Amino acid sequence: MAPVLTGVGLRWIDYTIIGIYFAFVLGIGWQLRRAMRTSTDFFLSGRSLPAWITGLAFLSANLGAQEVIGMGASGAKYGISTSHFYWIGAVPAMLFVGLFMMPFYYGSRARSVPEYLRLRFDEKTRAFNAVSFAVMTVFSSGVSMYAMGALMHLLLGWSFNVSVFVSAAIVLTYILLGGLTSAIYNEVLQFFLIVFGFAPLVIVGLNEVGGWSGLTAKLSALAVAQGHPAGAYTHAWQGMDSPAHNLIGVEWFGLVMGLGFVLSFGYWCTDFLVVQRAMAADSMDSARRTPLIAAVPKMVFPFLVILPGMIALVIGGKGIIPAKIGAGGAPLLDAAGKVVLDYDLATPSMLMHLFPNGMLGLGLAALLASFMSGMAGNITAFNTVWTYDLYQTYVRKDADDQHYLWIGRVATVVGILLAIAAAYVAASFNNIMELLQLVFAFVNAPLFATFFLGMFWRRTTGHGAFWGLLSGTIAAAVHHGLTLPAGAVPGVKGGYFGVVTTFRSEMGQTFWTAIYAWTTCFVITILVSLATRPRKDEELVGLVYALTPRPPSTARAAWEKPAFLGIVTLLLLLVLNLIFA
Amino acid sequence: MSATGDLDVRVPIGGLFTLLGLLLVAYGLFQPRVAAAAFTRGGQINLWWGVVMLAFGVLMLLVARPPRNGARV
Repeated sequence: MAPVLTGVGLRWIDYTIIGIYFAFVLGIGWQLRRAMRTSTDFFLSGRSLPAWITGLAFLSANLGAQEVIGMGASGAKYGISTSHFYWIGAVPAMLFVGLFMMPFYYGSRARSVPEYLRLRFDEKTRAFNAVSFAVMTVFSSGVSMYAMGALMHLLLGWSFNVSVFVSAAIVLTYILLGGLTSAIYNEVLQFFLIVFGFAPLVIVGLNEVGGWSGLTAKLSALAVAQGHPAGAYTHAWQGMDSPAHNLIGVEWFGLVMGLGFVLSFGYWCTDFLVVQRAMAADSMDSARRTPLIAAVPKMVFPFLVILPGMIALVIGGKGIIPAKIGAGGAPLLDAAGKVVLDYDLATPSMLMHLFPNGMLGLGLAALLASFMSGMAGNITAFNTVWTYDLYQTYVRKDADDQHYLWIGRVATVVGILLAIAAAYVAASFNNIMELLQLVFAFVNAPLFATFFLGMFWRRTTGHGAFWGLLSGTIAAAVHHGLTLPAGAVPGVKGGYFGVVTTFRSEMGQTFWTAIYAWTTCFVITILVSLATRPRKDEELVGLVYALTPRPPSTARAAWEKPAFLGIVTLLLLLVLNLIFA
Repeated sequence: MSATGDLDVRVPIGGLFTLLGLLLVAYGLFQPRVAAAAFTRGGQINLWWGVVMLAFGVLMLLVARPPRNGARV
């Protein structure tokens, strides 16, 4: 198949830039090859990194290409409202984990999130979390590889196999050599590469459409032509009173509770992929500052990743987002006979059309960087959970540290091989991946209730946590099975138990599924906890809020104190929301 | 220090951006007429963005911790 988006085509300068980037990525791993002496070095960077590095890595580990591509796509679909995924759906949770939860993660000396569950609750709760998390990381890594292979084929005509294997080999090499330090250093490098690769795209794009005012005018005209209110694309909070009045198809309550509370806190506060970065920090203060430092760039990232999608929608008069191609090779049409756009190509299309050779290489390197760090983040989290929570717990308990270091390296290789396998599964059986992601969503939805109760209510018991998690997961499946987004047929989109409610959008359904799962887990955990015997207070010191002394801050300057950083970030968040309301 | 092998992450970042900046500046000077596929207003973008990247790269190298025995910045 011929690449559909080739604008100018790649030249030697672009390949050189991409090649130099790869060389630096591997070079970092090579420089660190002698630094990995203990398993703590390999899995937790010896808890020795300063906060600004772990902070940028915390942000970057989440900034996989699916995020970059997906946010561009949502920008084109929903406009500036997409920034809710950052402002409501990330920043508050990042502040919470830094200020209130990090004292327990870092202070308990747990080496992973599942291990914290073991310390706080019991073995079965840890096992449930560790197994589901390990499987999830391998699959996300595979999906990331698949997305990259498919995109590179579409954009540049590169072979899918070559893209997958080369990127896997590079990620494997630098993690084997330099462990988590290598992954984190590369995430910091990638952070700057994404900023410098996408900022000019936004600058040139805005310049082309006549600045922010030009973009607003064009998007307003488009919104009106589509039968929406004029501000539909350019105001984040307008029409949030009812799902029928905004492009996302969600009302403010579902948005704030579902996305802003349940999903966002569930991810940022409990996902080991990001928490691991904070655990690698050199002190309690640094660990707490890690998510706070990440929150600041996170707030302004919408301008970098969402704006390209919005610009792509209107640039040059009718936009440059290509149509979705159906099975027969003809553009897909919706029920009204209008062409369906392939929104996932919004951002890549901007790269191909706006950048000349040279900048194009830089933009592609940034895109590849985000793909690879997404993979690496998953693999480093996988090898740690596998080694500490599964292997050391169930296979060999008391081996010497070198043995676990070796097992960690083996797990890295096996994890990458499994991820490659998952990439090929994704390539041939789209439905299986969709189904798996659904199951993961069910497992993840209730998680925050368990952690919240565990950390802030000392009466919570291990039985309560386990049964709460399980019932929350089941509640998610039941709610999903009883509802359907508008226009979908029962099946993987829901409704398999019969359709009771129809949501205006899939997003609305997802948010409400999360709300039901969380609430069920919360209630069941409390009920079972009250019926079972709690642990003695002495055993919970360092694990529960009421029984743990406040960590004394060693920060000298006021601006270094976590609480101060948190308040400033919150104020900035408020200002941004008011400007784009 | 052990888990970082005395490698300051600002060194590879500074190195990469300096190198890419120089490359883009040079390419922009010698190939000033490369056009983007469909839109051309970013015309000299290789040149001016190369300068920005170069400046950032040099800054990173300047603030990086000097290798072993040097005073910590």
